[in-house]
Amino acid sequence: MADTLEVSVWRGGENGEYETYTVPSRESQTVLDIVTYIQRRLDPSLSYRFACRVGVCGSCAMTVNGKARWTCRTHARLVTENGKLEIGPLRNLPVVKDLATDMREFFDKWAKAEGNFKPTTTRHDEFATVKPSDKKRKQATAAIECIGCGVCYSSCDVVAWNKDYLGPAALNRAWTLINDVRDSGNDERLKAVAGDAGCHACHSTQMCQERCPKHLSPTASIAGLKRAATSALLKGKL
Amino acid sequence: MSSRVDTRRWLIQRVSAMVLAVAVIVHLGVIIMATQNGLSAAEIVGRVQGNVGWMVFYIIFVVAAALHAPIGLRTVIREATGMQGRWPGFISGTIGVLMLIMGLQAVLRLYGV
Amino acid sequence: MNQSVNSHRAHRAHATYWAFILHRLSGVALALFLPVHFYMLSMTVTDAARFDNFISWTEAPLVKLAEAGLVVLLALHLTGGLRLLALEFLPWRDWQKSAVALASGLSLIVGLVFLLNGI
Repeated sequence: MADTLEVSVWRGGENGEYETYTVPSRESQTVLDIVTYIQRRLDPSLSYRFACRVGVCGSCAMTVNGKARWTCRTHARLVTENGKLEIGPLRNLPVVKDLATDMREFFDKWAKAEGNFKPTTTRHDEFATVKPSDKKRKQATAAIECIGCGVCYSSCDVVAWNKDYLGPAALNRAWTLINDVRDSGNDERLKAVAGDAGCHACHSTQMCQERCPKHLSPTASIAGLKRAATSALLKGKL
Repeated sequence: MSSRVDTRRWLIQRVSAMVLAVAVIVHLGVIIMATQNGLSAAEIVGRVQGNVGWMVFYIIFVVAAALHAPIGLRTVIREATGMQGRWPGFISGTIGVLMLIMGLQAVLRLYGV
Repeated sequence: MNQSVNSHRAHRAHATYWAFILHRLSGVALALFLPVHFYMLSMTVTDAARFDNFISWTEAPLVKLAEAGLVVLLALHLTGGLRLLALEFLPWRDWQKSAVALASGLSLIVGLVFLLNGI
């Protein structure tokens, strides 16, 4: 007889409950495989998100045994405790249904932090030459791989305690742009992030760094923003 | 809400922290040494009265603490209660003023010439 | 049946999270302690007898323990703060966990020195 797992899955919206399903335990099974099995074989009313299945899109992020993870890259046997698994939607975001959350505030804050590139040249100008060894470029490169999955946002206590807090991902992206010498919007961007709802609200608990599946460190980026804000303040540019 | 105000507040917090770091290490060292032979009012007063150098040190210490603590408390109030607006600042500011007055009073009484 | 989505709390078992919690708690405790401290110091001048009376009370071992606790809180807040200052002003990151360990170790040592000194 094949082994089975006891899987609790959040059902409902903000108000709801955990329902338990018995799922066959298989070799090299990921948590996403388990959720998919439940939806296809046991309960077609289960709602969840996924896309690439291979760890590049970030759509399948959920809370697994209390920790925010990419479910497609989480092997079940590594997180199962005594044959049990608990799967819920990402924290700190409104629940739409079951395992799907409303990501709008996450992306709205990204925009609020001026997390979009503001060009200075056009296609008719020469390419910008930026050496990879350039200090600012290195700092940007260290933070650039973010795919906007929301795991850090979901793991951050300050996000939970301060509803205006822009959050690790948005601030991390702002930092990459502050370090982008081609960008023209940095005076405005610093004003947008150097506030009580911005970089100064970060307490460096580093939960974001701990959970980021791309091993980025929003804490370090936010520390950079704090320094940049101080610099701007002392130069009268804030 | 202004980024300038918030950044200035953050900077004051960090600079006062650096001052306090030095002051606390000195203070702990001094106190551990001074209390070797027990503690009494007479002993304390006898040791410190009229010492202008130490008075200046402790004035700086008190001012730094009276700046640092309220800024920290303001954050704790905001995050623990979700209170918005100017109230967290007023409450913590009041505590700061209290600290400043009581602290300077103690320093001037003890070290005053 | 209404349950909470966040029924699993284990996600916080992480050194730097505890560093933050201890830093916050020690800060609040110190902020509450300072006015009392200043009051007592003023008392040495204004009412020496009452101060000495209070001091004899502080010779009690339980109070000595509380004093040591206070010193530990101070050392904790200080070393935790130094860790934060380093994190924010020096652009490094990978050594933080060691820094947390160092910070707690030093705090404990300072507290013990104080305690042993009074015995």
